[in-house]
Amino acid sequence: MIYPVHQRPDAAAHADAIAAEHGGAAVSGASRTLWGDAVNRLKKNKLAIIAVIWIVFIVLVALTADLWVPQVLGDPNATAANMAAESRLAPSLEHPFGTDSLGRDVLSRVIYGARISLTVGVVATGISTAIGLVMGALAAYYGGIWDTIIMRLADIFLAFPYTLFVVAMIAVIGNGIQNVFIAIGILGWPSIARVFRSAILSVKENDYVDAARSMGASDVRIIVRHIFPNSVASIVVYATMNIGGAILTESALSFLGMGVVPPDPSWGTLIQDGQKYLQTEPWLMILPGLAILSTVLAFTLLGDGLRDALDVKMKDA
Amino acid sequence: MFKYIAKRILQFIPVFLGVTLILFIMQNVVPGDPIKLIAGERKLDEVTERNIRAQHGLIKTDADGNIIYDENGDTIETPMYERYFTYLTDLLQGDLGTSYQRGTSVSSIILQKYPYTVQIAIVGIIIEAIVGIGAGIISAIKRYSFWDVLVTLVTSLLVAMPAFWLGMLLQLVFGIWLGNVTGGAFSFPISGVAGPLAKYPDWMYYVLPAVTLASVSTAYTARIMRSQLLDVMNQDYIRTARAKGLSKGAIIRKHALKNALIPVVTYVGMDFGAMLAGAILTETVFSWPGIGRETYVAITQRDWPIVMGSVTVIVFVVMIINLIVDVSYAFLDPRIRLGSSKNEG
Repeated sequence: MIYPVHQRPDAAAHADAIAAEHGGAAVSGASRTLWGDAVNRLKKNKLAIIAVIWIVFIVLVALTADLWVPQVLGDPNATAANMAAESRLAPSLEHPFGTDSLGRDVLSRVIYGARISLTVGVVATGISTAIGLVMGALAAYYGGIWDTIIMRLADIFLAFPYTLFVVAMIAVIGNGIQNVFIAIGILGWPSIARVFRSAILSVKENDYVDAARSMGASDVRIIVRHIFPNSVASIVVYATMNIGGAILTESALSFLGMGVVPPDPSWGTLIQDGQKYLQTEPWLMILPGLAILSTVLAFTLLGDGLRDALDVKMKDA
Repeated sequence: MFKYIAKRILQFIPVFLGVTLILFIMQNVVPGDPIKLIAGERKLDEVTERNIRAQHGLIKTDADGNIIYDENGDTIETPMYERYFTYLTDLLQGDLGTSYQRGTSVSSIILQKYPYTVQIAIVGIIIEAIVGIGAGIISAIKRYSFWDVLVTLVTSLLVAMPAFWLGMLLQLVFGIWLGNVTGGAFSFPISGVAGPLAKYPDWMYYVLPAVTLASVSTAYTARIMRSQLLDVMNQDYIRTARAKGLSKGAIIRKHALKNALIPVVTYVGMDFGAMLAGAILTETVFSWPGIGRETYVAITQRDWPIVMGSVTVIVFVVMIINLIVDVSYAFLDPRIRLGSSKNEG
């Protein structure tokens, strides 16, 4: 089964723990800032550094693919005969990952797939974070009926079997990359909203919030200037892990044929293509899977690293 | 306690209504006329099509089931809220409707498919409990040892890989390569279910799908078990036990495990609920005829009665399991009091 990040049992607990820790003791030393400290601590975490290097590498490769990656769609002048000759070749120097059933270089397709999968991960997470922040802020800051309605709505969203919900959503809005953004993005908000809500609730009662209010600051100003900076750490950790979750969901959707539309290669569609040749050319499905695994792992490790680095409780450790 | 259960069931009602209402709205905005899809490429003749619409309550009929026409001789579409109301009243009478595509009752389809999901969930949860808890305990007791590092590494990998991809790797290794290595003498079936005509012994059909289904949550179980046990081992009462001169093994068995297991059992219980929700991906990879796959196919065919029916059943089952888990949590851990402090017990 896939675990969207909001159902990750440990992620939620950690994010809540961080939220609880951000009561206000965020800034300690005179010249040290929370973020400066965090970066220093992150630098000491070898796994997180490897994760950052891998993510930067994948992003660079995906961004520059047009400059050096061979034609992804195969030779446009190819005839049926030489397409068959090029089809499903074993890995070789010329095609390190082999070729697919249409004679296309699999490595090139995995690289172009990185573009789509990473974009889905980042954009979908951006959408759910934006919705989640607004919903969480409304629920926590105004409380009362707002809180009840929004949190009940979150319960409803979380009560749905996740994969079925995404699939049903795609059935409604149609497939294609933009709709994948929307479906994964919309369905991801409840978890972010919960995290942000609990973060706000723990910050809201601080004296400096009362002080700001007594000086006539507007609600929006208080949320943006005073509450958000004090709960942003948990959001950053959560969003980082969420990117990995969104990449996994996209791969699942594309694998089911409900995500990115061919000939666009996403890692999920590549696995789906490869499944047919599991018995004879297993590398067709193994390699794109390794791409997903390494990238999601990198985002998870980075998220773990950020969590430890931003955790105020561990400041002196 | 009863007050708490009653409160939980009451809270369940708005969530349930919300879920079904969202699905209902979805089917009204989804492109594609489900009735036109019944015949596929062929076109239904007008009378048949009209009768099917009437049978499913999509157009208005009188008490005897005769189609009502407006003054222009056109049929009248039943408004969404009316159909939603009909769905709810039928549901209260145990009627989940009839499939558009197959014309059979949704309950019979669910009764046919759900046992497969339940079977694989039971095997999966057993694997998860044994392997997850075992690995977590070893990992915590032998902290920083080779085994701890191995468990941490494997759980990190399992959590980061698409489970359907793991399923395909298992098919490759235990289905295809193992068959090749043993010259066809021994391998696991890579798809399908046990039956009288099956080539393999019955139990073999459950292994690979159940391992795939349980993979991610087994990793989480191991992680939670490890961190809980490490946490408990730092408690004062464990130090007291050690001061009394108890051996490490006795401390773990008699004192630490009992407390450390409570959150783990809760997680495993909740996960059983999640497994009973069906697993579209695992079921697809292994051609397993469970409820997840069925619902997925129904969504692609716009066969909304099946979608509504199975999601209704799934959400209901998951809520019941979660309630049972919460209640048993209070039994397992006497420190937990459900509900407010006033109505405990």
